[in-house]
Amino acid sequence: MTLLSVTNLKKYHYSGFLNRKEIRAVDGVDFEIEKGKAMGLVGNSGCGKTTVARTVLRLLEPTEGSIVFEGKDITKLKGRSLKPLGRQMQIIFQNPESSLNPVMRIYDALLEPLRIHKLCNSHEEDQKVRDLIGTVNLNEELLFRYPHELSGGQLQRVVIARVLSLNPKLIIADEVTSMLDPLVQSQILNLLKDLQKRLGISYLFISHDMDVVEWMCDDIAVMDKGKIVKWK
Amino acid sequence: MSLLEIKGLRVFFRSGDRTIKANNSIDLEVMDNEIIGIIGETGCGKSILGRAIMTLLSDNTEINGKIFYKGEDLLSLPESKLRTIRGKSIGIILQNPSAALNPVLSIGDQIAEVFQYHEKMSKQEAKMKTAGILKMVGIDPNRMQEFPHQFSGGMKQRIMIAMGMAFSPELLIADEPTKGLDPETKDSIVNLLRNLVRSKNMSMILITHDLDVTEKMCDRVAVMYAGEIIELASINNILAAPRHPYTKVLLGSLPNKGLRSVPGESPSLSSPPSGCRFHPRCVHAMDECKKDHPPMLLTEIGTEVRCFLYKGDQDQI
Repeated sequence: MTLLSVTNLKKYHYSGFLNRKEIRAVDGVDFEIEKGKAMGLVGNSGCGKTTVARTVLRLLEPTEGSIVFEGKDITKLKGRSLKPLGRQMQIIFQNPESSLNPVMRIYDALLEPLRIHKLCNSHEEDQKVRDLIGTVNLNEELLFRYPHELSGGQLQRVVIARVLSLNPKLIIADEVTSMLDPLVQSQILNLLKDLQKRLGISYLFISHDMDVVEWMCDDIAVMDKGKIVKWK
Repeated sequence: MSLLEIKGLRVFFRSGDRTIKANNSIDLEVMDNEIIGIIGETGCGKSILGRAIMTLLSDNTEINGKIFYKGEDLLSLPESKLRTIRGKSIGIILQNPSAALNPVLSIGDQIAEVFQYHEKMSKQEAKMKTAGILKMVGIDPNRMQEFPHQFSGGMKQRIMIAMGMAFSPELLIADEPTKGLDPETKDSIVNLLRNLVRSKNMSMILITHDLDVTEKMCDRVAVMYAGEIIELASINNILAAPRHPYTKVLLGSLPNKGLRSVPGESPSLSSPPSGCRFHPRCVHAMDECKKDHPPMLLTEIGTEVRCFLYKGDQDQI
């Protein structure tokens, strides 16, 4: 079953005098992601990988094309109707240090999405947060620390736990391991793969490390200058 | 002949009531014309080692041991003498070029500073020299007046290399020169560094956690874990016949080797585990490993390794 299907997606940026300078960040991209599968997106810096991700999530307004998620066209959704979408698809960024609020304890950071999306009532909250931290193989002791007290690998797990709290169907992983060293990278990737098997999550996996993408993904699209130039 | 010889180096930081043992009895020799790689996880003390050699550590550090550079102990030299060595005969390429470059000085001025300080050159001469080394690292000298934010990550790394190489130092310390770069840029930086170092007969200490880069550049590799060197071997031995269980795990964690992971975190440097630092995560851990700290042992293939598994085979170093 197709979870996400993207057709002729374009995102142009305009700048300069009278907005006459056109930058074609994404220039006609088509792909589909099946349920429970992982698709890899590789390419050099600046080829438009991250723009694709952000446009699919509707963090950016697409210039042209359509994005269909679970049979529903989400290209034109606006305002409040976008909020339920946040529960279905989530993104993990490259740098976990800047993804978490530095003045919020890990516990509160994990609680926040649960409250925003009203996923459980107040007496279940505590248990839910403790379950989440367990899912990503972290010790409960860490819940009452601040982000600066944790290592990069631990923070990336917290970010993953936070994303998982919403039970998303699609996770976009944008260079999740490029700042981490090999051992921690293998821990994080094994965790993601395990979650895919256990929970049937689909991934759009963005990276510039071909080896990692080959290990992680079923299909791989190679991007260059805003277009998909090759499938593997 | 050895250019640099580190003997029993200990670097401790005092922070509140904790002592962070960032480097614990490091012994390392760097030969003439040799590229030696230092690999290990984040926080294992490899960057601290690089900074210790440059004597660039802050005041709250306690440094013990000896660092001989051409027979002179850097740790006992006065600051005035160090200033003539630092940047001139030992160069450093610092980690994270976006943070290491001064954002309000044009790159031309920043590099020219080195010549004006060390060689007392006039502004004009320094400018000429700067144009020369920018050309050497593949940057158009006409961009000298531009500021760091106008360059991409790979270009900034090239500027850092230009600065580190300004005087063709005899020893270059490169701290994570390829971190966060995409594969194409990474390859070009690796080739540039390797060609420059080889053509000028320099020695280099390459600090990295990228094993691909190590493979492409280094003659020998020192693997660090929790502030110690746990394996020291030629690059071929490290790749083909790793000895220490940690080195094996590290190599097995690469995506093309199956991405096997090992549970646990690297230990904190303020309260490392007793005995062998790796024993809580080691599959071969024996009783002895929990109690005693293993010495460096020499194996039959010439690898030095800090592990009791190889105790039967040979004498202690």
